[in-house]
Amino acid sequence: MAQTHSNDAFVAFERVQKSYDGETLVVKDLNLSLPKGEFLTMLGPSGSGKTTCLMMLAGFETATHGEIKLDGKPINNIPPHKRGIGMVFQNYALFPHMTVAENLAFPLEVRKLGKSEREAKVKRALDMVQMGAFGGRRPAQLSGGQQQRIALARALVFEPELVLMDEPLGALDKQLREHMQFEITRIAHDLGITTVYVTHDQTEALTMSDRVAVFNDGRIQQLAPPDELYEAPQNSFVAQFIGENNTLEGTVQELRDGYAKVRLDSGDIIDCKPVNVGKAGDRTLVSIRPERVEIDKSRLHPDAHTLKAEVLEFVYMGDIFRTRLRVAGREDFVIKTRNAPDQRRLKPGEMVEIGWLADDCRALDA
Amino acid sequence: MADTTTDGPMLAADGTPLKQSLARALRRQKIRALMLTAPLLVFVLVSFIMPIGSMLMRSIQNTAGTEYVPDILPNVVAELEGWDPTTGELPSEAAFRAMIVDFKAAFENKQHTQLGRRFNYETPGMSSLFRKSGRKVSRMDVAEITDAKAELIDVDDDWGNIQYWATIKANSGYYTSSYYMAAFDAERTIEGVQMKDPDQRIYQKLMLRTLWLSGLITFCTLAIGYPVAWLLADLPLRTSNLLMILVLLPFWTSLLVRTSAWKILLQEQGVINDIWIALGFSDRLSLINNQLGVVIAMTHILLPFMILPLYSVMKTIPPSYLRAAKSLGATNTTAFLRVYFPQTTPGIGAGALLVFILAVGYFITPELVGGADGTFISNRIYFQFSTLGNWGLAAALGTIMLAIVLLLYYVYDKLVGIDNVKLG
Repeated sequence: MAQTHSNDAFVAFERVQKSYDGETLVVKDLNLSLPKGEFLTMLGPSGSGKTTCLMMLAGFETATHGEIKLDGKPINNIPPHKRGIGMVFQNYALFPHMTVAENLAFPLEVRKLGKSEREAKVKRALDMVQMGAFGGRRPAQLSGGQQQRIALARALVFEPELVLMDEPLGALDKQLREHMQFEITRIAHDLGITTVYVTHDQTEALTMSDRVAVFNDGRIQQLAPPDELYEAPQNSFVAQFIGENNTLEGTVQELRDGYAKVRLDSGDIIDCKPVNVGKAGDRTLVSIRPERVEIDKSRLHPDAHTLKAEVLEFVYMGDIFRTRLRVAGREDFVIKTRNAPDQRRLKPGEMVEIGWLADDCRALDA
Repeated sequence: MADTTTDGPMLAADGTPLKQSLARALRRQKIRALMLTAPLLVFVLVSFIMPIGSMLMRSIQNTAGTEYVPDILPNVVAELEGWDPTTGELPSEAAFRAMIVDFKAAFENKQHTQLGRRFNYETPGMSSLFRKSGRKVSRMDVAEITDAKAELIDVDDDWGNIQYWATIKANSGYYTSSYYMAAFDAERTIEGVQMKDPDQRIYQKLMLRTLWLSGLITFCTLAIGYPVAWLLADLPLRTSNLLMILVLLPFWTSLLVRTSAWKILLQEQGVINDIWIALGFSDRLSLINNQLGVVIAMTHILLPFMILPLYSVMKTIPPSYLRAAKSLGATNTTAFLRVYFPQTTPGIGAGALLVFILAVGYFITPELVGGADGTFISNRIYFQFSTLGNWGLAAALGTIMLAIVLLLYYVYDKLVGIDNVKLG
């Protein structure tokens, strides 16, 4: 697990635990720190503890144990309204009885800003999300995407240094979501604010974040930049949770020169990169990305191990072909090939030989 | 050209005009809908619209028993037409003669006592005059009488009371305003319409008291019900369902039982007073048979009507609003006042309207625990028609209360907007 313990961390969780019922821990021994200006995403399935972490940071839940620090100061006992953290909620939580402008002016009013200063800031915030003309509307008169923009503007209007977002794009349709992902990252980087973003959508996490913390079972499984997370998952949970992934079960047979030979349960031998295995004889889950599987034997290392595979299904998806194969006794092995003029279109029933670079095949914990 | 336009109306596939065809298709639906709602319509008409209409009529009809006064005294009415009571002179000989004729007829039909009671509402003493004169006047023969005035005054001196004759003249039409006058504490004297002495203005006082106590009760239910509704809306469903049963329990208990229970609790020798004394206080509190008792008992009884609409509105307010307000820097108080409370006003409006209108018309509880100074206008209305048989005045008072409630509803609509009221 990657841990960055530095004194200049802007937000830091130190040995934080959280239990609701006194019997089970929802968050187990969480250590996390992020520098100023970072866009960090907490990614995980529901019930993994990511939202609880966010709520503890916002001050709506108290940590059962451990310390949360903001800009070096412990904030465990500071009530939420004094933390000065901007927050975007899942359902936007725009006050329905106020206009858009009144919603935005609310955090400025409670901070007792003067009228002219308030108006200027509200206008700037609305312009920032390209909603300048909507100040007089009620939230109910706006579309989901517009409400989302207003919620974002409201969380930023009082110029917080830290903004928390709790699945803010969950209610939008796909196209709008992709557009807003881009908008949010642009604004966050332009303003240089630190962002903690919670989502269960891995694409969102990968496209938006500087670093992603993958949560499961109350722990951070891996904390890494998106590319590292995708290409070098540290354990089988991360490998399976991020992106599409093929897994094969087997036993480590030999470890040599930084590579491993794994005997699959079907008896086949494959080459892997050992990531999370101890010694020869250990059980392992081997993980390989569908797009890293090679069907053209000439592109493989001459003495690379290959597996025999039978084509079960061929799906034309436009930019790629998705082919399902029977490999080593499993029928859910998927490969993805680019739709190029010279690409082979496999037909069901066809037999092929597949292989990969040992570096792309990761032997992980079973 | 893809489409040809015709000058005539749009036609359906079979050649009939589209409008006619549509109307036929919709008619069956409408008839079916009407048939389904017909029982309710009939019920509302018979049990609601007609009684209210009848009450409105009662309050202006000038009747004695079942007949109109001018139908019982046709000759008297005709003879009194030219008489002016302000001159201070008794009516003409012809009027007295007409009275004997009409009175004899009324006696035959056994209407003279009802007539007396009718006039007695306006001028006390006339009931006994009519009753006592009955047999003697019935034996008179108009043809033999030369001086009807003297004869009649001979039967009873009161026939020479000009005020009585003025009362008869004033109430000789088919319709009368005297019930409304009485309801507003005014009376008709020979000098004209005047307000009664301030210490006799009983209905004004009762109406104001009814409105004031209803308002107070509404406020109390709001003050007690708001936190309860919030708690209910905030708790997990299983717990809140259990608590909801406690709120609804009074609903399922007889009103009479609940009021009697309060009587037992609050009376001089009751549980609360016993505890009070046991705590070392020497004076027993008077908690019942006064306004305090009415407010306590009715607040309890009407509480569910406040809690339920509040609860249903609060249930729709996600907790994230309060969190959002706090994350934006609002203290708990500001978050409540600026964000939560404004969103509950539809519930407050519905609850307040419901409780207030129910309270204004409440009868049993003020009757049982109100004592002398805690009775409502409804108790007086009941007294008027059941004890005194003065249906006209009872109807006038009822109509005035109806008008006041409708007026308040209108004002409320103007101020809050009835669209903003949510009952669930």
